[in-house]
Amino acid sequence: MAADALDDVYQRYLSALIDARLLIPSGVRGLYGLGGVFEGVVEHFEAYVTRMGAHLSPEVMRFPPLLSRDTYGKTDHLETFPNLLGSVHSFLGDERHAMELARRKEAGEDWSKELRAAETVLIPAACYPLYPTATGTLPPGGRTVDLRSFVFRHEPSDDPARMQCFRQREYVRLGTPDEALAHRNFWLTRGEEMLHAVGLDAKPVVANDPFFGRGGRVMAATQREQTLKYELVATVANPDKPTAIVSCNYHLDHFGGAFDIRTADGEVAHTACIGFGLERIALALFARHGFEPARWPAPVRAVLEL
Amino acid sequence: MYAERVREIVSQHGRLSVPVAELADDSDLYQAGLTSLATVGLMLALEDGFDIEFPDNMLSRRTFGSIASLAAAVEQLAAKPVLV
Repeated sequence: MAADALDDVYQRYLSALIDARLLIPSGVRGLYGLGGVFEGVVEHFEAYVTRMGAHLSPEVMRFPPLLSRDTYGKTDHLETFPNLLGSVHSFLGDERHAMELARRKEAGEDWSKELRAAETVLIPAACYPLYPTATGTLPPGGRTVDLRSFVFRHEPSDDPARMQCFRQREYVRLGTPDEALAHRNFWLTRGEEMLHAVGLDAKPVVANDPFFGRGGRVMAATQREQTLKYELVATVANPDKPTAIVSCNYHLDHFGGAFDIRTADGEVAHTACIGFGLERIALALFARHGFEPARWPAPVRAVLEL
Repeated sequence: MYAERVREIVSQHGRLSVPVAELADDSDLYQAGLTSLATVGLMLALEDGFDIEFPDNMLSRRTFGSIASLAAAVEQLAAKPVLV
């Protein structure tokens, strides 16, 4: 398919979603409000995730979508994804300085030059705020944590599935290498079953994170060779190019080392997560079953308790 | 012929957990603590040091796996025909 035609595929689906009041455009590419029907599907899918993870008795933790700048500095996100970063800046000056800020706005100039970095950055993944709170020694058997947050990635796009701000629901495992890998593999299978049960043509593929730049290609190749990341992909806007709607990752000791998280035996902890891309899953469901959940197939409605 | 200079650059930019002097040319650099992030710095330093550019198909774990594989890659890329 030619590039223009491909763009059309995404824009057509985006227009249809907006016409149906499922997405509410904001004027910024990739930033949307969600209509009640859309949000209802997200809520029901989340409840489904909760039911399917209940046997793990996860600790529930909810963080705002912000992370301390100091904590962020302990990760290598800045080095590996600088192009996706969102950083909070605010005005720290005095009254005289504020006049200059207002003057710049009035004159149509770039007033952001008057701002300074505040204490926080936007989180790129729902599990980032967890790790600094886990510094220290894990209980025997490790921990399983249930997280959900809006996350931010600066990648403006007309593909409705590529939002700048969206929600991830995660189950994170912190423990030994075996425990982390077993968690990743369990959820890879369970996640695929869950998506099939709601009628999605999901399948697992070996994947890589979109590391920045040419150097990032080496990192991506390394990640693929080690099969650290799998995605469950399904059709959203473009049948020829399925979209990742769930991600299952084994981080090795990446976060355990950065935040000095230890197993009960004193080894550096390994971590793994499954992340459900809630808006993308809803978009896949709307693409598959239509825009009216009331008319979705009975088995799908039953699974989602719609 | 490039191994010595490659070794020097790996020593400066590889951030290995063992001294480069203790490694053989065919030792596994990843076993020696080369991280994927350090690989990026190493790639850029090699490109600057030899005035070369790694093509996409060489940006793999195999290329960066040992001093010998890096020296071979550099030799291949540096061996441009000289126009007179």
